[in-house]
Order: sequence, then structure tokens, then C-alpha cells
Amino acid sequence: MEKFIKHTGSGVPLRRSNVDTDQIIPAVYLKRVTRSGFEDGLFSAWRTDPEFVLNKEEFKQGTVLVAGPEFGTGSSREHAVWALQNYGFKAVISSRFADIFRGNSLKGGLLTVILPQAAVEALWVAIESDPTTAITVDLETRTVSYKSVSVNFELDDYTRWRLMEGLDDIGLTLKHTDSIDAFESKRPAYKPKTLPIRI
Amino acid sequence: MGKTLAEKIWDDHIVRSAEGEPDLLYIDLQLIHEVTSAQAFDGLRLAGRKVRRPDLTIATEDHNTPTLDILKPIADPVSKLQIDTLRNNAKEFGIRIHSLGDADQGVVHVVGPQLGITQPGMTIVCGDSHTSTHGAFGAIAFGIGTSEVEHVLATQTLPSSRPKTMAINVEGTLKVGVTAKDIILAIIAQIGTGGGQGYIIEYRGSAIRALSMEGRMTICNMSIEAGARAGLIAPDQTTFDYIKGKPHAPEDFAAAQSYWETLFTDADAKFDVEITLNADELEPFVTWGTNPGQGLPLNGSVPNPADIADSEERGAAERALQYMGLEAGTPLKKIAIDTVFLGSCTNGRIEDLRAAASVLAGKKIAPKLRMLVVPGSERVRQQAMKEGLDKVFLDFGAEWRNAGCSMCLGMNPDQLSVGERSASTSNRNFEGRQGKGGRTHLVSPLVAAATAVRGTLSSPADL
Repeated sequence: MEKFIKHTGSGVPLRRSNVDTDQIIPAVYLKRVTRSGFEDGLFSAWRTDPEFVLNKEEFKQGTVLVAGPEFGTGSSREHAVWALQNYGFKAVISSRFADIFRGNSLKGGLLTVILPQAAVEALWVAIESDPTTAITVDLETRTVSYKSVSVNFELDDYTRWRLMEGLDDIGLTLKHTDSIDAFESKRPAYKPKTLPIRI
Repeated sequence: MGKTLAEKIWDDHIVRSAEGEPDLLYIDLQLIHEVTSAQAFDGLRLAGRKVRRPDLTIATEDHNTPTLDILKPIADPVSKLQIDTLRNNAKEFGIRIHSLGDADQGVVHVVGPQLGITQPGMTIVCGDSHTSTHGAFGAIAFGIGTSEVEHVLATQTLPSSRPKTMAINVEGTLKVGVTAKDIILAIIAQIGTGGGQGYIIEYRGSAIRALSMEGRMTICNMSIEAGARAGLIAPDQTTFDYIKGKPHAPEDFAAAQSYWETLFTDADAKFDVEITLNADELEPFVTWGTNPGQGLPLNGSVPNPADIADSEERGAAERALQYMGLEAGTPLKKIAIDTVFLGSCTNGRIEDLRAAASVLAGKKIAPKLRMLVVPGSERVRQQAMKEGLDKVFLDFGAEWRNAGCSMCLGMNPDQLSVGERSASTSNRNFEGRQGKGGRTHLVSPLVAAATAVRGTLSSPADL
């Protein structure tokens, strides 16, 4: 995973709540067996509308998505994270994220930042009045800053460390193989197994 | 202080815990399907890793499979490649797979319970948000992304932060015609799509205890629609009886059951949040909007956004009505339906098919309406045929299909067209969920069946 320490880019204001993962990327785009090439499916239904924010010239360079509450509800498809990343987004800001989407994003290095709804609204106003507004998401200081504004956000130390070091979760867990072996040796015999097959 | 059920199961699976780090949880079972696994197996290959416990892993084909002509080669080459990739990965890594044509092929959350490999006290994961279904057995079961699928394949563990606990008490007796689906739709309407965020919900109370295992699965299935990490129900005699005799029921059943009987929330345990619902007052429920929290009793009318105080919710309601092509104030029972979908991991089990068939028997489908009946698994399909339910559906004028996720998510050819309106026993009414431009009303199997008779949203009491 690529390290995430700090990112500066322009924003895209997505003034909608409950943006579910079927909107982020519809099921028909999930047939691919790769992790790349999902950008064409990102918000595909909404992108048919010329007025949709991603179709507006002034927001085409945006790398920080600023969305309404309950972003990423619904399906567990990590393709939603890949689609946002493939399109070019580095961070998503919202006042509330669905649990699975947030977990997926932080595993994959797409930084999801939780700000109070009032701060999100202020950011929308700033971006809409000047789409070139540079937004900096800084993991070191745990702040989102633009113009003269700086807002703190929370992220647990462990996840922050993992993102800043670009560490692979599986590699970290495999360091504890002894503990896994020890746990397995004590599992009760009645726990079910899928093999051998019983019919 | 005592522990809640979720805390007991969680604590029993901690491989390692350290200050300031997520717990490392042991995973008892991983279910695999074609859509969220290919990239995980690729990751294993790239890193030269193996599947640690193929014997705690099982695969089936469901999301992207056709429900017609299942033994012919899959027509869409991209879909075919995805299914072939799963088959090849299962072979390469030694994982059990139930492919099209096999009795245990079907929706992954129907297959686990019917095999008896879903049992109380387990941790169960799958790259699918409706994994919460398995919580009905008193297990912690939750959906994960593809990176986590790879993590579990490689290590049989998952680093996870301990969720908070919520109790939802449903007390009382359901009226005739009111089902588990109506309970969960009413709960989501009350707490909202984010109400369960960060929580494991335990469903409790006399109305929950009175439900069959299949009804309990319907409830736990939609926990994710309330935003919850998982949902569960304490196991009891109903649970034990359901597992007994299933192919993978424990050989030493007594030993297993004596552990299962310890799986309940202690009397002095404390939940972070408690909510109570009166089952006596519940009515058949239906969604009118584009998220599962936008629901009302079927006797109600399409809400007027102007009456909603919260500006965010008002805006969402306005957009939803526009997308759904509905006018505020229209009685829900006046809404005409084009397609009825009976199936999915929410309501595609044998009891759901029986309930619908009991309404349809001897009747004819409403003019111009189409009804798809898609059993949750091949085994459910065979059982239904043994009972003659296929004939009831076919005589009524419905289509009798093969097992799979089908129109629940519209990934295979079973889709709504632009502007087409469905009454669906599935779990999500998101924009375009069942096909681009399609409009979905979530309902119970009984309401789905009555709607197919009348052509407008209806309950069996209207017939």
C-alpha cells in the first residue's frame, strides 16, 4: 500500500446524503477480476446528467471528495474504494461513513476523514465559491486545512501509523503466527469444518 | 458485571489483544463467492501465500449467475470469466465449491445454514454485507471487503475494533399477515440507515423468540441496512432443532449444545443502547423511497417532504420521490407495480416460498405484471418442487427460476428496465439497485404475493 502522509488537492462538493455503494459503483461494473479500471463505473448513473458535479469543468481536477452524511452505505464491495481511487480521489470527507466502506477505504489507502457536518458545509461553500481552493489533508497533524481554515479530525493512532507507513495488514498479522497456532490448538472439536464434505 | 451475547462470542475469539491496537479475532468460517474474491486470491499468489484453513472456507456461485439455462455456458463472457476464475481459484487453493447445478449452489447466506455449518458462537465472515444473516444462530457474522477476504484466507484472523452493543427488544405478538420482514423494515424506519453504525445489534423479546429460524435470518440479514456491523439472536431450542440433522451438524451434538446454552446475554449485562418496539402494533411495511429507512405501514400514504423538519432528510425525500416517480399523499396501496421479485438472502428460503404460494394458490397474476420466483438455493428449489410449489407459481403465471441473487442486485440479466417499478422481497431499494432507472419497493413475501394478484401494493387482507 502507498504511504499516506499528506495530500493537497482541489475539492469536489457532493451535496447528497446516503450515497450508497450501488451509486458509487453499480453491480454491473463488478464483473471484472482486477483491482483497476473501475473509474468508468464511478457514479455512472449520475454521470449521465450533465449537471452532475463530476461533469462540471471546474471540478474535473478534484482529488478530495466532500460528501453528505452516511457515505458508503450498503454493499461491502471494495470496488467502491477502487473506483474512487482509480478515478483519482485521494481522500473523502463526510460527517458519517458506513462501517464497512470506511474499513475498506482505510485498508486500501483512501483516506476517509470525518468532520462535523458544519465543517463539511463550510467546506462546500468554500469549494463552490472558488473551485481552485487548495485543500490539504494532513495525517501527521490530523487536520484538514484550506485558505485560513484548519479543522482537526480524529483517527486512531494504530490506523494512522499503518497508513503513514504504508503497511500491509497481512504482513503485520503474520508476525503473530505463534499466537494463531496457540489459539487453534485450543479450539473445541465440535466447531464445524467444511472439509471433508458431508451430505 | 455480566456480558452481552456479542461480548461473550467476541472474547472467545481473541487471538491477541494489545493496548491501542484492534483485537486480532479468530474467524471460524469464511464464505466465498465470485464477485469479491478474485482480487484476494490474486493477492495471495503475488505474495506467495497459501490459504491457511481451506477446511474453514467454502465457496459458491451466486451474485453473477444466470437463473435460466444454468447448465449452458454463461452467455456474457465477462460473467463467465468471473465464474471460471472462482472455480480455478477454488481448485488451486483446495477450497470446497458448490457450482451451478450442484444441490448446494445458491445464495451464500442460504447455503451456510442449510448445510449446518452456520452454528451458534461462531465468527463468520464473507465478502458480502448480508453476512449478518448468520447472526440468527447466535454467531457474530459480518461483511468484509476484498482486502479483508485476503487477510482471512491468509491468516484465518481479522484485526477488528470491538463494536458497541445495542439491544432491540420486540415484545408482543404479531398480527396475522405481519412477518419478520415487517419487523425489520419498521426497525430501520425508526433508527435510520445509520442508526446501527458501530454497533452489534442483539434482537430480543417475545416476538423474536416466537420466530422460526428463517424469520430470524430475515431480521438479522437486514441489520446492515440499519448500518450495524452485525445483528444476532441468542440461540435456543428453535436453533438447536434447526441444526440437528443438517449435514454438518456436530457429531458430538451434546458437547456443542452445552456450549451453545451458555450463549445468552447475562441478566446484569449492560447494552450501550436499548430500543423497544411493540409487536402488537406492527403492520405490513413497505418502502416508498430510495433507502431502506424510507418505509411506512402499507396503509399509509407517500409522505410529503414539506412535512419533514430536518432539512437534510427533507432534501433526501424530495430526491427520492422524484426518482421513484411518486406524488406526495398518494395512498401506498394505489401504487401500480410492474414486476414482483420473490427471492434473495432476505426472503428466498422455503418458508418464504410457502408463504407466497399460500396466497397465490388458485389465483391468476394481474394483467401485464411479471413475477420472478428465484429460490435462494438449488436445495430450496428442489424442496419447493417436492411440495408442488413450482406448480402453484407456474399456474399463477409467475416465472420459476434457478437459484441465485438474481434481481436483488441486478448483476445478471434479471434486471428492471428504466422506470419499471418492482415490489421486491429483497433488501435494498437504492437508485438503480435492480437495474438502471428501476424503482424498488421492499416488501414481505406475503405482500409481494398479494401485490402480484392485485397489481398494486397490497396485503393478503386486501384479497
